[in-house]
Amino acid sequence: MIVEIAHYALYLSLLVAVVNVVVPLWGSFKQNPILISFARPATYTQFYLVLLSFVGLVYAFATDDFSVEYVASHSYSKLPMIYKLTAVWGSHEGSLLLWVLILSGWSAAVALLSRTLPDIAVARVLSVMALISVGFISFTVFTSNPFERLLPYFPIDGRDLNPLLQDFGFIIHPPFLYMGYVGFAVAFSFAIAALIGGELDSAWARWSRPWTVAAWMFLTIGIALGSWWAYYELGWGGWWFWDPVENASFMPWLTGTALIHTLAASEKRGVFKTWTVFLALLTFSLSLLGTFIVRSGVITSVHSFAQDPVRGMFILSFLMIIVIGSLVLFMFRGGAVKSTGKFQLLSKETFLLLNNLLLSFAFLVVLFGTLFPIIMEAFDKSVSVGAPYFNKVFPLFTLPLLFLVGIGHWLHWKKHPVDRLLKNTRNILVLCVLLVGLMSVVFYSFANTYIVLGVMIGMWIVSSIIHDIFNKTQHASSRFDALKKLKPSYWGMHLAHLGLAVTLLGILFVTYGSKEELIKLSPGETYEFADLAVTFDSLQQVRGSNYGATRGIFKVKEGSSLLTIKSEKRRYTASGTVMTEAGINPGFTRDIYISLGEPVSDTAWSVRLYRKAYVRWIWLGALIMALGGIVAMSDKRYRLKIKKKIINTGATG
Amino acid sequence: MKPQRKKRLIAVLATVMGVSIAAVLLMYAVGENANYFYSPSDIYAGKAQPGKTIKVGGLVVPGTVKRGENLLDVEFVIKDKSHQLTVLFSDVLPDLFKEGQGIVATGKLIDNERFVATSVLAKHDENYMPPEVKRALEQSGHPVKTDTATEY
Repeated sequence: MIVEIAHYALYLSLLVAVVNVVVPLWGSFKQNPILISFARPATYTQFYLVLLSFVGLVYAFATDDFSVEYVASHSYSKLPMIYKLTAVWGSHEGSLLLWVLILSGWSAAVALLSRTLPDIAVARVLSVMALISVGFISFTVFTSNPFERLLPYFPIDGRDLNPLLQDFGFIIHPPFLYMGYVGFAVAFSFAIAALIGGELDSAWARWSRPWTVAAWMFLTIGIALGSWWAYYELGWGGWWFWDPVENASFMPWLTGTALIHTLAASEKRGVFKTWTVFLALLTFSLSLLGTFIVRSGVITSVHSFAQDPVRGMFILSFLMIIVIGSLVLFMFRGGAVKSTGKFQLLSKETFLLLNNLLLSFAFLVVLFGTLFPIIMEAFDKSVSVGAPYFNKVFPLFTLPLLFLVGIGHWLHWKKHPVDRLLKNTRNILVLCVLLVGLMSVVFYSFANTYIVLGVMIGMWIVSSIIHDIFNKTQHASSRFDALKKLKPSYWGMHLAHLGLAVTLLGILFVTYGSKEELIKLSPGETYEFADLAVTFDSLQQVRGSNYGATRGIFKVKEGSSLLTIKSEKRRYTASGTVMTEAGINPGFTRDIYISLGEPVSDTAWSVRLYRKAYVRWIWLGALIMALGGIVAMSDKRYRLKIKKKIINTGATG
Repeated sequence: MKPQRKKRLIAVLATVMGVSIAAVLLMYAVGENANYFYSPSDIYAGKAQPGKTIKVGGLVVPGTVKRGENLLDVEFVIKDKSHQLTVLFSDVLPDLFKEGQGIVATGKLIDNERFVATSVLAKHDENYMPPEVKRALEQSGHPVKTDTATEY
């Protein structure tokens, strides 16, 4: 019964969304305040209906209702409760419902938090968001309905959730990723609404900024979680695979990062407005492209669960409508946008432009590599593009970008005096060399040129931040007071850049400073590995609630401390799937990672040993970036002064 | 032409040129680093070049999985309908590697009968057949069951 109510609620939400597309938009053209005022309640209603529907599906999972096909395929009576609940987004249908829920949530958040904006603008934004909802709810309802029943013959037990997904990292990874993906729908809708209304002033950029930063922050965390999950769950310690699905989330991140920067320029100086709008459209289109790649199964990937051509066609059509529709609108209305600000060659504007150029190229590198197999597929050639391509080409654009990060943020808008530039650069360089020297003594012996180059760039960014904070506080009577006066958006920026440096160092150290070995080991034997002595202590058979496992217990002597690391080979009862559960001893400067291979003789097992240097820094950096996003959003600027603007735009709109 | 306009024109031209050059280079780089997929029949027909990184795929022939002296060295035979190929690998096989199952391996050919793999991929869903393998099997006239676990 509850499943039927949930199912019905989803249909009803589709109806509400359709009405919400038509009525407020029409009202905005007719200047009819009653029709316009329809947008907010309709948005809330849609959100509650989708929430009801989602809770219904969660309920079906919690109560083991195997008459629902989706539950039967992805749950199991002996599955721990927490995984039953999260199995809701364990596969295609349910994750789409989560997507729809999050989209409705963002819409409701816009409706709730945009009270200070003119109603007519909000109505348009909500209409555009409702249009996206219509696309995704109908996709769910008509091609991927999670509420299909298996009546009258239904299985007594489920087929279990994919073991890879029975994991904490998986519980939180998709929601964060979707929050990011879908969050860019807000920036997209603001851009479309502004194009429709023809009012692309700096107020538009200011409204979009906190939403874009929020989406970017979620996406950053989502990608980092995905990387972390792959690291410990796939059993061989890789943290990034250049897999099409990873790329699908990385592309909107790259353009979204560009968007954040150009929004700043558009808001503060009124420059690059057309480009900013284009980026907002592009970023969300890439989120849709990502959905298409994941959901259509056009590319072989660890993530592609749906291999249904109907779904692929639906998403592709929807993608086309959105992309072509927004591009046509952009062509007709985007030209009217005039950038007002002027700037000289040596200015923050130029550097933001370079930032955007390099990020765009980095994005194109990923796009080409990801789409090339699809294009070749059309010529009936099966091709894959792997890590060598990305690892070779991607740094060509990102390393210069990282270098420029150390300059761009402290330049003046409009025009920066040359002598001051030289003086600052010299100071930063001195600081950088000092830091690199310090690091080489305390932290690490530099193994090769890449590490040296990378550490220098990382320290270059860090030095520029320290130098800038020092500079900004030097004229005040007390430095402490001056520090307190600096704005949250300023701290947010520095945190994000600092996070970038931390991630860069993590990537370099783990790539060039790690050790790995594949050995044959029997219980009782000891193996000297790096600065560790690894003893295969014993082998046990253990039982979990829905799996049986062979557990290898390893004693690792590191310096004076003795660590115990357990690595398992699990066999899940319902599906018969075998899974390696790597044993990891995490640390700030290194992870010890032991992965049990397979029995190679009566007693011996193949065992993979890794010493991953500074691998945590990769995700730590991402968290610092996300923290920077949160701090920047808290800036009062986004909530003040808006009232004045309403009067301006309200009159013209 | 006004200097202002001229400046802008130069900027636009430079951007267009830069973007085009980058696009061509990118295309080239992608093409160079792409790994083409071959079936055992393709390899028998001499379509693939030894020494170049490629992908091969097929079904693991039951009873052919052999361990070498090193114990980590492993060797097995994959097949499509008409031909077979021996794959040499010296690493841990993926959890889902099973005889009779479709796999995709990346590596280099030594000659037309032997392939040294640097990675072997078996999908985490055991009902899942890599699309390349499925197509290769279909092309060589092998019956393919799509929705259930394939047994051969």
